[in-house]
Amino acid sequence: MGAAKPGARPRVAVHKLSSCDGCQLAFLDLGEDLVRLAELVDFVHFAEAGPVDPDAEVDIAFVEGSIATPDEVARIKRIRANSRYLVPIGACATSGGIQALRNLHDGEKWLAEVYPSPEYVESLATSTGIADNVDVDYELWGCPVNGRQVLAAVRALLWGVDPVPEQDKVCMECKRAGNVCVLVSRGTPCLGPVTVTGCGALCPAFGRDCYGCYGPAENPNTEALGRRFRGLGLLPEEVARRFHFIHSHREPLRSAGRRWREDRGADDP
Amino acid sequence: MSDAGRRIDIRVPVLARVEGEGALEVHAEAGRITDLRLRIYEPPRLFERFLVGRDHSEVADAVARICGICPVAYQMSAVQALESIFGVEPDEWVRAMRRVFYCGEWIQSHALHIHLLAAPDFFGYESALAMTADHPGEVRRGMRLQALGNEVMALFGARAVHPVGARVGGFHHAPAAAAVRDLRARLEAALPEAEALVRWAAGFPLPDNGQDFPYLALRNGADYPMNRGRLSASTGLDAPVSELADHVAEEQVPHSTAFHARLHGEPYLVGPLARLNLNADLLPTETRALLGETGPALPSTNPFHSLPARALEIHAALVEAVRLLADYRAPERPHAEVTPRAGVGYGATEAPRGLLWHRYETDGSGRVTAARIMPPTSQNQARMEEDLRATLEARGLDAPDAELRFLGERVIRNYDPCISCATHFLDLTVRRR
Ligand code: SF4
Ligand code: SF4
Repeated sequence: MGAAKPGARPRVAVHKLSSCDGCQLAFLDLGEDLVRLAELVDFVHFAEAGPVDPDAEVDIAFVEGSIATPDEVARIKRIRANSRYLVPIGACATSGGIQALRNLHDGEKWLAEVYPSPEYVESLATSTGIADNVDVDYELWGCPVNGRQVLAAVRALLWGVDPVPEQDKVCMECKRAGNVCVLVSRGTPCLGPVTVTGCGALCPAFGRDCYGCYGPAENPNTEALGRRFRGLGLLPEEVARRFHFIHSHREPLRSAGRRWREDRGADDP
Repeated sequence: MSDAGRRIDIRVPVLARVEGEGALEVHAEAGRITDLRLRIYEPPRLFERFLVGRDHSEVADAVARICGICPVAYQMSAVQALESIFGVEPDEWVRAMRRVFYCGEWIQSHALHIHLLAAPDFFGYESALAMTADHPGEVRRGMRLQALGNEVMALFGARAVHPVGARVGGFHHAPAAAAVRDLRARLEAALPEAEALVRWAAGFPLPDNGQDFPYLALRNGADYPMNRGRLSASTGLDAPVSELADHVAEEQVPHSTAFHARLHGEPYLVGPLARLNLNADLLPTETRALLGETGPALPSTNPFHSLPARALEIHAALVEAVRLLADYRAPERPHAEVTPRAGVGYGATEAPRGLLWHRYETDGSGRVTAARIMPPTSQNQARMEEDLRATLEARGLDAPDAELRFLGERVIRNYDPCISCATHFLDLTVRRR
């Protein structure tokens, strides 16, 4: 890649913010490929795997996790300043993740309600994605991302090409895999029609609904799908909950869920 | 040279090779530790709050997100608690396959911990990747076992991180017999590798670190505990899982976003060593024979014996999975029907790091109205601080800072703390002592 000096190995960091550690496993579960990858790049910061140097300058910084504390706001700015490419990985880093459900409510109140001494805890009232806080170069969606995604991204960035983002909806993947559609055949409220592929349509292949863990696809028709769910007998509040789960802070899921919730005239949960 | 009057401040701002974010601070004066804090500063993610209002059918997918390393444990404790409310009795097939699913997670998580997180400490490397050049056989064997564990999880969950196959009542999908046969053969073929791992781990130069502490695990008297049993502790405690909160008090401390838990007022241990101490008699025969040959002598109160315990549990999990998958047949339906009702339920299973306890309340339509989760790392946290204090003072605080810092990090890593899981917030009255 352009930034790397000839002969020098590209420097890579893997940072963790508010998250479950699951997306780092896309690296740690690579096995042989991880060993090979470590021969091609220098992991200069990857605390879970060993090296700790959070302020090192790197060619690629992968970031797992959302911005949920004042300290994380400061950290992501430093990471941005030190990185040539900044690549958020996973739902938390791209949209605030499941913990962004607090954004739909009074986050401060939640904290105070459930914590005996909230003053001990430094936490923002919201959980947001990296791109809501600093510029990013490329995003990998998914809760969790998988090894195929991170390897493809590393490969593309190292060769100086832009990675090609997924665009299909899970439904397309379903058709290719020959899955029986759970929405059509069983009336199960499946989010596949508005969710971007990347997972390989895992849930429908298991005969269950997609719950949207890869995030919204391009131009998803949330309106029509919501009405379809309503037609299947879901209450407006239940339709809202479908949209507000793993990627509740990401448009257009956020507004879609909001509209259904307002229809019901209640705000909680 | 006596340096007893020296004042030391050890700070490890980011703990390496643990899951999640933590830091260690030690202050000592005149040869005694005056202040020691294992800071878990992983931000709160408020799971217990946003589970409220969710339908029972959404809980398994939600709680998986608490931890990427042990999602199966979260799913199993949760569905168990909800099933106890709805009066659902999963059939023999579901119970056996849940155990296999759980075996997969133990194999994956323990192999990851031993090789990628702990082993570099014993061989003087910064990371497993650095260690691979000189010890390729051992590291690659570990990665193969980790991958096998992942495959077992994916067999039932489609993927190993946040698997999508679990539901209240059983599974969404039964694996095909051919896939099971294939994987079972590979699990069987890996048994010698697991045995070699146990022997290798038994040779690690473990610090001699006998301490005095109570330990707690599930026990059911029939099999090595994963997803059923009563609470059992070295103190003689024997109680149903619904009573955990009667014996354990959680307390918020200023320096940590994870709670400190105490069993009848005392820090206690959960996890592989606690399980092994209390249930060694229930290990599969082959694993018990290996334990007899390689040790450690039980019961052990040297926390560092958690490492050989992990290796033995990998072996036991392989043996169990191979046994439970013999004569596999896919059932007509992989789950029991569920009719929601209002109530309170408890679920406790043995996550790789130890007892993971859930409590839910639901309304008549099966929606969650209250949730409480006690993860293993917050149960171990007070114990980790005690261990650090004892180990560092036993070494002598006149040792060089770098050595004390390294020793402290090793002590913590040995617990395999899952810091992402440990930070949780719950609706409870804190009992202060
Ligand atoms: S099962 Fe879901 S993802 Fe698959 S085709 Fe049907 S609606 Fe689309
Ligand atoms: S089908 Fe949907 S919920 Fe299931 S893994 Fe794929 S994106 Fe995630």
